Amino acid sequence: MLNLQKHDKTLMIIVAVLVLFAPFILNPFPTGSAMAQFNAGYPDLMQRFVIFGIFAVGFNILFGLTGYLSFGHAAFLGVGSYSAVWMFKLLSMNVIPAILLSVVISGLFALLIGFVSLRRSGIYFSILTLAFAQMSFNLAYSVLTPITNGETGLQLTLDDPRILGVSATADGGIPVTSLFGLEMRSTYEMIVGPWTFQFNAGYYLCGIILLAAFYLSLRIFRSPFGMMLRAVKSNQTRLNYTGLNPKPYTLAAFVISGMYAGLAGGLMASMDPLAGAERMQWTASGEVVLMTILGGAGTLIGPVLGAGFIKYFENIFSKINDSILHSWFSFLPDGIEDAVVFLIHPFIGKGWHLTLGILFMLVVIFLPGGLVEGGQRIKKWVSGGKNKADDKAPKTEPAE
Amino acid sequence: MDAIILQILNGLDKGSAYALIALGLTLIFGTLGVVNFAHGALFMIGAFCAVTLSKILNLSFETVDETKLDFLGNPAKIKTPYVESWFGPEVGATIIDWAVPLAILFSIPIMIAIGFIMERGLIKHFYKRPHADQILVTFGLAIVLQEIIKYFYGANPIPTGAPEVFKGSYDFGVLLGFDPNAIIYPYWRLVYFGFSALIIGGVFAFLQFTTFGMVVRAGMADRETVGLLGINIDKRFTIMFGIAAAVAGLAGVMYAPINSPNYHMGMDFLVLSFVVVVVGGMGSLPGAVLAGFLLGILESFASMNEVKSLIPGIDQIIIYLVAIIILLTRPRGLMGRKGVMED
Repeated sequence: MLNLQKHDKTLMIIVAVLVLFAPFILNPFPTGSAMAQFNAGYPDLMQRFVIFGIFAVGFNILFGLTGYLSFGHAAFLGVGSYSAVWMFKLLSMNVIPAILLSVVISGLFALLIGFVSLRRSGIYFSILTLAFAQMSFNLAYSVLTPITNGETGLQLTLDDPRILGVSATADGGIPVTSLFGLEMRSTYEMIVGPWTFQFNAGYYLCGIILLAAFYLSLRIFRSPFGMMLRAVKSNQTRLNYTGLNPKPYTLAAFVISGMYAGLAGGLMASMDPLAGAERMQWTASGEVVLMTILGGAGTLIGPVLGAGFIKYFENIFSKINDSILHSWFSFLPDGIEDAVVFLIHPFIGKGWHLTLGILFMLVVIFLPGGLVEGGQRIKKWVSGGKNKADDKAPKTEPAE
Repeated sequence: MDAIILQILNGLDKGSAYALIALGLTLIFGTLGVVNFAHGALFMIGAFCAVTLSKILNLSFETVDETKLDFLGNPAKIKTPYVESWFGPEVGATIIDWAVPLAILFSIPIMIAIGFIMERGLIKHFYKRPHADQILVTFGLAIVLQEIIKYFYGANPIPTGAPEVFKGSYDFGVLLGFDPNAIIYPYWRLVYFGFSALIIGGVFAFLQFTTFGMVVRAGMADRETVGLLGINIDKRFTIMFGIAAAVAGLAGVMYAPINSPNYHMGMDFLVLSFVVVVVGGMGSLPGAVLAGFLLGILESFASMNEVKSLIPGIDQIIIYLVAIIILLTRPRGLMGRKGVMED
């Protein structure tokens, strides 16, 4: 099935299991217990996991394979969001046309930006993409207000036309996004003993799209096209001398990854029909870079892990406060307890970005391959030093 | 005509800030070959040096004045800064008033120390790694520095005033023969421009006329040969890193009265400064300064109402637009050297 090698098949199955059973996996603690705050199995957060997973997988196709570091990828996310919301406003509340349009529009946008930006490489490419993204951000805030609704952000209103749907529901509210009638926000709750598991329609839509996106990226990684992209990364000059023009390949990679970003943006708007310019700001582009690097650039599963990791800790860390810390360390003598809490305090709650920054630096310094490389090292360390000779072999990039 | 002169003047102070940050970035890039994304954070730390010094100077003790009552009827508590009690009220008040200029002296050793620690502790290990890794690790460092500042100073901007003498504006219009009030320009911005001209001149003179500067320039041109001549070029480059950090810090110190420092001001300036560096040409010091002023002035021209009504939104994107055009037509930037970062 799926025409995959054995190794990739395992990988695909792992991701599928992770995504499909996420409501169970992310909810290990019974509701109401002290640890329940570490549960991440609620729809809103799970949706964000998979949406940013898609975003990072797409970014990885560009950065991981070709080595072109784009600092403006959030622009495509923003464009995707805007087009999806417009589709909801004008056509219908069905998510399929909205998602399709966001992918197409961001693809066109990426084609335009990529065509210009890819004329330079290295840091110049980064700056060019950054400049384009900042331009879109600034324009969305100011002149393009008729399209983007400026600072307020684009929202649904009661007097939107919605040709194929209704402007307002029977009871006078704004209709909700749906997939042929299946409301995205509808959630089925399963109660097993003390646990509550939530199955959300929107999450499963995103999850299935993530699986498709992951499968596609897997095929790209293994295809001759992916081989060409790797060649662009390792030595472009040699590629030129071989008589091959790397430009179309990199441009294709750029457009594909832009479409992934647009898809993520469209999904984001489908889950919550809002679009704001801040989604395009360069800090948002920086975030996807963080995710990809943290998980492991150039690896298949890395970006998904990185996205999940960052989003999970962003939510959980920022919830921890001093009183929780005190309850954790209450077994220590009073003085030491206060000292420990005082030491940890800057890193939690609002200080989560500090933790993220430090973690990111540590990863870049010691683990250039990200979490995936960390996992491999641990595996090697556990399996013992049997293959000493293999260790010394030069490793150019981590396998998946 | 007066409107044009006003816009040029308006562009100068922003341009000075761009030029100073871009100069520091280029110094680091030209000497060490490192793309430093944490440079904006250094600018921000400089601004917070000014905030810190003015806070230190304002440290006060409380005395109870029996003769006056506060609104609750209790004896009023009067705060007296320590400085005022040590040097007498008048001198003390003047010292507090001059906190920002004094912060220049205060910030130089701090910034140089931070620069040394950064270079020796972190960036040294990244010379042999690809540029992408350097960008990423310094980007992480920038986040960390910014969050540390946020932790200690909070997320709100902290107003930091210029000395009383420099408050108010100068009427340029009268000097040039226009109507009064046609061209009004705050004194402090004039000071800022003069100060940055001084710093830029100082850095160039240092590189051009001292033996140390000569060695550094030689190292920028051909690091290996200088090393082979028995000169410890690494040590000199470390010192240059410290100087670059100090330049960014000073730019920040003096910028504090223009815009109240907040923790993300560094990032805001960094993005633009990178654009400036690239427009000026990677590794070219005069290019960085030229492009800094050029883009500053262009930006202020684009924000004129006449221009805005002609091309709506141009003021928001002019810098990026210029950067894109220059990068596409002159890959080396305005004054870039051959063979620097060309691939």
